[in-house]
Amino acid sequence: MDVAAPPAVDVRAFTRRFGDVTAVDSLTFDVRPGELFGFIGPDGAGKTTLFRTLVTLLVPDAGSVRVLGYDVVTDLWTLRSRVGYMPGRFSLYPDLSALENLRFFASVFGTSVEEGMSIIEPIWRQLAPFADRRAGALSGGMKQKLALCCALVHAPEILFLDEPTTGVDAVSRREFWDLLDRLRDGGLTIVVSTPYMDEASRCDRVALMQQGRILLVDTPAAIRAAYPRPLFAVQAPDRLGILAVLRRFPHAAAVWPFGDVLHYTDARAGMDDGAIIDEVRAFVQANGVPSPGISAIPAGIEDAFMWHMAAGTAGEQVG
Amino acid sequence: MNAFAGFVRKEAFHILRDRQTFWILLLMPLVQVLIFGYAVRTDVRDVRIAIVDPTPSTATRALVQRFASSTRFQLMGVYPTMQSLDDGFRSGVLRQAVVLPRDADRLLRGQATLPIQLITDGADPNTGSVMQSYATAIIQRWHAESVVRAGSLRIDLATRMRYNPTLESVNLFVPGLIALVLTIVSAMMTAISITREKETGTMEMLLVSPLHPWAIVAGKVAPYVAMGFANVLLVLGAAWGVFGMPLRGSLVLLLAECLLYILNALALGIVISTSAQTQRTAMIAALAGLLLPTLMLSGFIFPLESLPTPLRLFTNIVPARWFLLIVRGIMVKGAGLATLWQETLILVGMTLALLVLGARRLAIRLD
Amino acid sequence: MSAFAIETHGLTRRFGEFVAVRDLTFHVAQGEVFGFLGANGAGKTTAMRMLIGLLEPSDGSAQVAGYDIATDSEAVRRNIGYMSQKFSLYDDLTVQENITLYGGIYGLSNAQIAERTHALLGRIGLEHARKELVRRIPLGWKQQLALSVALLHEPKIVFLDEPTGGVDPITRRRFWELIYETAAAGTTVLVTTHYLDEAEYCDRLSIMVEGAIAAMGTPGEVKREFGVTSLDELFLQLTRPGAA
Repeated sequence: MDVAAPPAVDVRAFTRRFGDVTAVDSLTFDVRPGELFGFIGPDGAGKTTLFRTLVTLLVPDAGSVRVLGYDVVTDLWTLRSRVGYMPGRFSLYPDLSALENLRFFASVFGTSVEEGMSIIEPIWRQLAPFADRRAGALSGGMKQKLALCCALVHAPEILFLDEPTTGVDAVSRREFWDLLDRLRDGGLTIVVSTPYMDEASRCDRVALMQQGRILLVDTPAAIRAAYPRPLFAVQAPDRLGILAVLRRFPHAAAVWPFGDVLHYTDARAGMDDGAIIDEVRAFVQANGVPSPGISAIPAGIEDAFMWHMAAGTAGEQVG
Repeated sequence: MNAFAGFVRKEAFHILRDRQTFWILLLMPLVQVLIFGYAVRTDVRDVRIAIVDPTPSTATRALVQRFASSTRFQLMGVYPTMQSLDDGFRSGVLRQAVVLPRDADRLLRGQATLPIQLITDGADPNTGSVMQSYATAIIQRWHAESVVRAGSLRIDLATRMRYNPTLESVNLFVPGLIALVLTIVSAMMTAISITREKETGTMEMLLVSPLHPWAIVAGKVAPYVAMGFANVLLVLGAAWGVFGMPLRGSLVLLLAECLLYILNALALGIVISTSAQTQRTAMIAALAGLLLPTLMLSGFIFPLESLPTPLRLFTNIVPARWFLLIVRGIMVKGAGLATLWQETLILVGMTLALLVLGARRLAIRLD
Repeated sequence: MSAFAIETHGLTRRFGEFVAVRDLTFHVAQGEVFGFLGANGAGKTTAMRMLIGLLEPSDGSAQVAGYDIATDSEAVRRNIGYMSQKFSLYDDLTVQENITLYGGIYGLSNAQIAERTHALLGRIGLEHARKELVRRIPLGWKQQLALSVALLHEPKIVFLDEPTGGVDPITRRRFWELIYETAAAGTTVLVTTHYLDEAEYCDRLSIMVEGAIAAMGTPGEVKREFGVTSLDELFLQLTRPGAA
């Protein structure tokens, strides 16, 4: 990616309201050309409003939103032939076959399947055996790939994918990210949103979003490394019991169930891990819970998200 | 392949692949023609009628004779008084009665007016009014023949009957049926097919494309023009083949007017789809906003003259009302554009206004 | 009466030639949180419909809450609760109206409904929203409310269908804590999902592939058994043997 080049997406203080709900609140960020940029956040974080604005479907109430150097409000028609967009629900015609869907979207964007084949070939190759099957009868993963083909067939300069992996099984999700890798390697700028924290690591940079705001923007590695406190995995048979005890520990900053373990964050920065483990273990035992397994672990994106989310809600540090 | 052709192809696939809807849309008009033609005939036969004549004479016997020989009526009896009429009406034995004044013969020869009372069973107002006009026609013809001095007579009837002397209902319902079918196929189906794209999210993809929304809508409605036209031909064909419906005017003009009405209905469908977000809303809007007025306020089912004034004024903005006048004019009276230009102009104006309204409301964005 | 909350033997369901569920044999202990995993079309839904008495098995047998699903499906349905994120609550009714409706469906008296409504809303901290339309309350609360409503008639087993999709990580964990509390109180919880990270929260889980169980055990056990570090990897290995 080219850091010196003008940004592919340039958003300054963008705000959008619906009635008295502020869907997107003063967002500022940029996406560099050739970058795979991810927006990670739950439903209602404002991802869809943001994406619809980026592809000229909504108008900002305040701030400026520029894509490929064009303003999304005034340069509407210039932009529409240059962006690729895959809306939240795969927008396909269920009663048309895979190929008919692709043909139709190619014609809408003023091109043909043949012309676009060089771009979509790696994806279409996986779909070709099902070309005559109706889109409604395709599996979730296949629908997702077909929708990607439809969004790419006119060779856009930038691709916006709004939650492309929602409702798709884990294996198809992985294959889809592999496809995005290849497209990015081919020089395409890709902006993608997802509610899955574990997909963050597949992006060059991510923005963590919550309630219309960006919590932070950085590379996944930097976000993990910047976790501000010591983090531990605690393993015990009685999760509910130890959860309650740990939350009473005076130095606990956050305690959350995390799969089959608990994640415990200590409030004291810069303290020795071993000392903390000893103290926690002693406290737990003193409260009548058998000694748990405790080990220091590096933070994940999800830990970071929860930390910043809790920090963002005005000192109401939960857990 | 250019975008327009792509749209037409795609929309044709939608129509052809939804087999159930396709056959319903195609066969519904035929079934309607048969139902209206056979079952819901508004012309009546064998009306059971009684005549009250206190002072029988040659002249009044001529009237009795006229009713007795008409296939429309079945003469149940001639009575000197009105006594038995009430029971007759209540039990349903009688549906109509003509009550002549005392000394009708003398009155006919004199200067005075002849007060004749015509009693009709109005339980079914439509049939009632038809029966009434049949009976009136017979009485007036008899009166015209019987009076010694011609000249002071008011005997002209409704134009409908002049041009439709046998009062065949096929001539009445076919124009209305065409309007009804086109409202369903063109307006409702257009509205539904556009809102369906909103519901499935495909409209988002289309809006993001470099196509102007107008191109999207034009591409989407084109197949429904063809579908609507096919329906017109089916209805006309069935009415002509099965019921021997006349076509006194120009077929080309009739088809051209139908095309105009199709465009009008499509424009209505587009306007509906600009505000409806779901197929269900679109359907209800089309049913309540279009289908009911087309049925009720166009002169199709209820004569416009029988509507209360506010509703009668409202019918002026119901396109089907003007379309019905045009089609009846062409079919039954053999009228040409020279007489129908006003109605045609009104329809053209309405269509243009709706298209402009649709165009203004058609969003280039989601909000 | 079975000692287990759910016990199946060779449970099979065919649709014509197609075998949707093949020879399912497993059991779930009382108070256990059991994960029922599989890709779309792996047979999860068919299996669950049989367990809640909506579909008859073609072969095999199953006891749910102590009742045979084939001969006593009505008793089964009385003793289970069901929650799915998408379909559980009526968006255009208020919180209270939803609770009253479900209470009525399961034959609770007005006094019982009033008492349990109070306890339920207190537990999830939603008392202030009693008269709000469900569509107006945040998704996270909606999920907790849906679970609580599914528990209103105090069923022995509650089935959760993809319960926590789309919420932020904190809200999601609050939901899991609610599930743990439910299980600790003795109610068995069966969670169907295709989110693998959600499965890690279960006491035990089974992974279905093409209608049959391909792996079963605690999350730690199955990972060790297949020599993988995450369920994600395991899933890839099971569903795309060539790709891993």
